Amino acid sequence: MLDQTDRAILNRVQDDLPLTSHPYAAVAEELGLSEAELLTRLTRMKEDRVITRFGPFFDAAAMGGAFCLCAMAVPAESFETVLTKVNAHPEVAHNYERTHRLNMWFVLATETPEGIKGTADAIEQETGIKVLCFPKLQEFFIGFRVAA
Amino acid sequence: MIDATDRQIIRALQGGLPLTPTPYAQVAYDLGLLESDLLERLAALKTRGVIRRIAAAPNHYKLGMTSNGMTVWDVEDASITKLGAKIGALPFVTHCYQRPRALPDWPYNLFAMVHGTDRTEVEEKRAEIAAILGDACRAKDILYSTRILKKTGLRLKQKG
Repeated sequence: MLDQTDRAILNRVQDDLPLTSHPYAAVAEELGLSEAELLTRLTRMKEDRVITRFGPFFDAAAMGGAFCLCAMAVPAESFETVLTKVNAHPEVAHNYERTHRLNMWFVLATETPEGIKGTADAIEQETGIKVLCFPKLQEFFIGFRVAA
Repeated sequence: MIDATDRQIIRALQGGLPLTPTPYAQVAYDLGLLESDLLERLAALKTRGVIRRIAAAPNHYKLGMTSNGMTVWDVEDASITKLGAKIGALPFVTHCYQRPRALPDWPYNLFAMVHGTDRTEVEEKRAEIAAILGDACRAKDILYSTRILKKTGLRLKQKG
């Protein structure tokens, strides 16, 4: 279970950390904690998977690559087989099962814009299922914060 | 574009930043760089938008936000920029994008992610969005996530 201190930490570390030699010491001071306590709690929350990832968030597009949301309508009986094939691609950065005929939604992150089509085509060939691609046309909000 | 050293840095950090008192010194040592050079390069990558931020990705399920709904809307193209900005500014919307429709399978062009402690809360928030969109919205749906199937983030290949 998370206590109030854990929650305060989570609310702070979803925002950017300072780029300094001792980033955790700086955040600990803001929160009135010792650096050691902050690191212990962050390590525990990462081990417990309360924090799924901790570190830099990269923008593939700014590196000359691309991101694309994709969806497939996967029959229930072959879901696990298709999932294994889709997830085997390192370009698949996230994948969620959702309540819809289009029941598998994943994000491709590739190093070149052409990589999106190449990966989507490969997945279609391997699975025999159409991959719909939904590249972003406009972004209306870039933050991602959950109040802990 | 990124050079070979930037690439090594990204590869070293894509799995995450070490949870140790001097994480950059540790990563710099592993890469054979000076800590100051690494920090300088990271600052440059941030300025260029290659790094958006250095932060935690929380597991919202474990935070009690067990209901995660991707709300989708078919909004008149003429109004989408104005309305999208309004929806994106709502405090409970964590991601908001205009995306192409995929007719006939998919008529929706506005995607807004909404999280809540249960589906009732998500539905209340969805109704707020519907009220803002009003008549400019012709069709809508919501897709709840039922399982995280993968969550690794960007992975650069060994060579590129």
